[in-house]
Amino acid sequence: MSAHAENLTHDDAHGHDGHGALAENNFLGLPNIKLAMWAFLGSECMFFGSLIGTYFFYHGNSLSGPLPKDVFSIGITSISTFLLLMSSVTMALAVDSMKQQKPSTARNFILATALLGATFVGFQVLEFHEFYTEKHLVFAGPNASLFGSTFYTMTGFHGTHVTVGVIWLVIMSILIQKKKLVPGKEAVNVEVMGLYWHFVDIVWIVIFTFVYLLEFLK
Amino acid sequence: MASIADFAAAQKPIYHQERPSKTGLLDWLTTVDHKKIGILYGGAGLFWLLVGGLEALLFRIQLAKPDQHIFVGDTFNGLVTMHATTMVFLAVMPMIAGFSNYFVPLMIGARDVAFPRMNAFSWWTFFAGSLTINASLLFCGAFPAAGWTGYAPLTTKDFGGTPIDFWWAGLTLLAVSSMVAGVNFVVTILNLRAPGMTLMRVPVLTWMMLVIQFLLAFSFPPVAVGLILLAFDRTFGTVFYSTGMGGDPHLWQHLFWLFGHPEVYVLILPSMGIVSEILPVFTRRPLFGHHAVIFSGVFIGFVGFGVWGHHMFTAGMGPIADAAFASTTAIVAIPTGVKIFNWLGTLWNSKMTFPTAMLFAVSFIPMFTLGGLSGMMHASPPLDLQQHDTYFVVAHFHYVLVGGALQGLFAGFYFYMPKISGKLLNETLGKIHFWVFLAGFNITFFPMHLLGNHGMPRRIYTYPADAGWNTENLIATSGVFLMTFATLTFVYNLITSLKNGKDAGSDPWDANTLEWMTSSPPPVHNFDFTPVVLSERPLWDHKYTPGFEIPVPEKAEEIHMPSPSWKPMWVSASAGVIIVGLLTFNGIAGIPGWPLCIVGAIGVVLSVYAWVTEPV
Repeated sequence: MSAHAENLTHDDAHGHDGHGALAENNFLGLPNIKLAMWAFLGSECMFFGSLIGTYFFYHGNSLSGPLPKDVFSIGITSISTFLLLMSSVTMALAVDSMKQQKPSTARNFILATALLGATFVGFQVLEFHEFYTEKHLVFAGPNASLFGSTFYTMTGFHGTHVTVGVIWLVIMSILIQKKKLVPGKEAVNVEVMGLYWHFVDIVWIVIFTFVYLLEFLK
Repeated sequence: MASIADFAAAQKPIYHQERPSKTGLLDWLTTVDHKKIGILYGGAGLFWLLVGGLEALLFRIQLAKPDQHIFVGDTFNGLVTMHATTMVFLAVMPMIAGFSNYFVPLMIGARDVAFPRMNAFSWWTFFAGSLTINASLLFCGAFPAAGWTGYAPLTTKDFGGTPIDFWWAGLTLLAVSSMVAGVNFVVTILNLRAPGMTLMRVPVLTWMMLVIQFLLAFSFPPVAVGLILLAFDRTFGTVFYSTGMGGDPHLWQHLFWLFGHPEVYVLILPSMGIVSEILPVFTRRPLFGHHAVIFSGVFIGFVGFGVWGHHMFTAGMGPIADAAFASTTAIVAIPTGVKIFNWLGTLWNSKMTFPTAMLFAVSFIPMFTLGGLSGMMHASPPLDLQQHDTYFVVAHFHYVLVGGALQGLFAGFYFYMPKISGKLLNETLGKIHFWVFLAGFNITFFPMHLLGNHGMPRRIYTYPADAGWNTENLIATSGVFLMTFATLTFVYNLITSLKNGKDAGSDPWDANTLEWMTSSPPPVHNFDFTPVVLSERPLWDHKYTPGFEIPVPEKAEEIHMPSPSWKPMWVSASAGVIIVGLLTFNGIAGIPGWPLCIVGAIGVVLSVYAWVTEPV
């Protein structure tokens, strides 16, 4: 062993928390899954950036109505935004409970998060329905407008992400119930779910601020 | 003096669990082994390289003489479109994925990638995408014909035929595959490095692979959005690309090139990495400016996101945008020049040997530089206005992608195949391959500079005899036959060497990096023990620098290798069902296809559930 390796013997080179027997590299000391989620969220930033960018690239280009100011009702969307933000609180509590070895509390918070998320999606479905039937904002077909196509696509993809999150949360609660997901080393899975959930919330904050609220500032 | 024979004395690792043994075809269908997936990617890449080459051969025959009518109109456009789409997405990218799959874990001393099943998912999604794009020939009797850039509104329902549906569907699957692979390999390279392998000790090829994984993960989403909007326009009748409704043709161009330019760095950086690995081995010295080469690669990756507008100088973005993109594009010359001079510094005054791998690596430098120099001309908007959409541009990107990317990959094949197959490739055939390819490549593409300067536009299927383009076109087409011959020689060499090649041994080139310390081909678990990395050239220093020997542990290691799994293929297949549902959304022969989307979505949820609950 050379001087260059004096602090780096084979036995302590790959330290594993409690599972020291397995030879598996972990250079940064971070769980792979967490690193992967951060990289994925970077990718998602580009995805939503492109969708929101498309919306603003076309903002004011619509040749036919209605216009954003005609359809948005800030009051109702504020309520659903508030519910989604509260779901971030329950998500954070779920992550915390899992870390404190309280899986059943974590499961309850996860289900609460899923419920709040599902309510948000429900609001979105109602909003889309109202925009389409009463405000005549059309997504596709002969009566479609650029505002309709860009708005429904952008918010629809956000809603899809929330829906995927809700399904993920439900699956996670089932796994905790069945004791296939237990505190300790696997708590990181809940934390990673939380990263995704908070990200989806942040995207909504951006959309709500720039797409909805700014419309009324001018 | 230490040698790699020391490693043979190591205890074989103890498997933590029994591996269910599958053989033959089943093994390949369910494999999660990065080496097997790498071979699948590489094999697919070679296959599509031949297909894309055949397409080029056909349309070059059409262009050999003026006023010919062999492949006319949309047939010609289809061949051109599919040549480029195939070469970029189905040939060069999977070959890169093959190298990155096979060698990244070996180079960093890991047993597999971070997420082996996700890796298999990437492969199967790529496989589905490659078939989908080409399926238009089967179902429509025609290829997509809107160019590989697929400019909307040219690709909308008003102007683009049904084959375009296969094009967006296939590309969307490839985008998903690449984004997932990007995330997977970022984690692999950052987190699965062997103890002691600090970032500056990561081999240059792995570094370039790290850069392109970030590019894949971050540059594919914009084009995915562009493709989704196109799919919505064509399937549901949204109006994103409908100029009659206020839509702007710039939208697609921005979304496409925000992906498209990082993409060309995805194609070239791995070859730069391969060259940076090969030159030091055959000059028997360290890479000159090792750190500068790494940092310039990273810099190219960053700048790659800020130059997309240089593809759009003729689109009317305005002088401010043109000036900004011209400056950022010119900046790319700096890190690229740093790399070129460092390679020259490595070669300078050294005692070189020239096996085929080294020939390709050395020839990469001037050929890529020629392409880079004509690229610098395109950075200038006034010059670009003259050259845009002429054969000068065609000459430029073929020097970069064939003289650069493809030659680098060929070098990689000659250098790395002995590790994959355990057999050396035939050097005589290799040298025939190299010289004929180099000649054919220059005979084909050099005259295109002149054609472009004489005003011949791209994407025309014929030209009049008095345009003054006859000689150069005939010369260009004759070169294609040489390239075809050379490539077939290479394929023949690959196949026959598997059986007749000389045994390579673990370390045929007396190389520097960790992949050469294990047997050829490596065992499933890659290394009998996890190596500790003490320097930038761990294996070289093990062999030649006293005090830097890689220590062989006395105890056998306990390891856990992932089990084979069907789940990745299930998820890919379910995603494929969603795509088929979208393709047939409005019905074929009165039967609506949209329920398939729901079936596919349920399939994804169920197979993901099976995936996460499966014991690995």
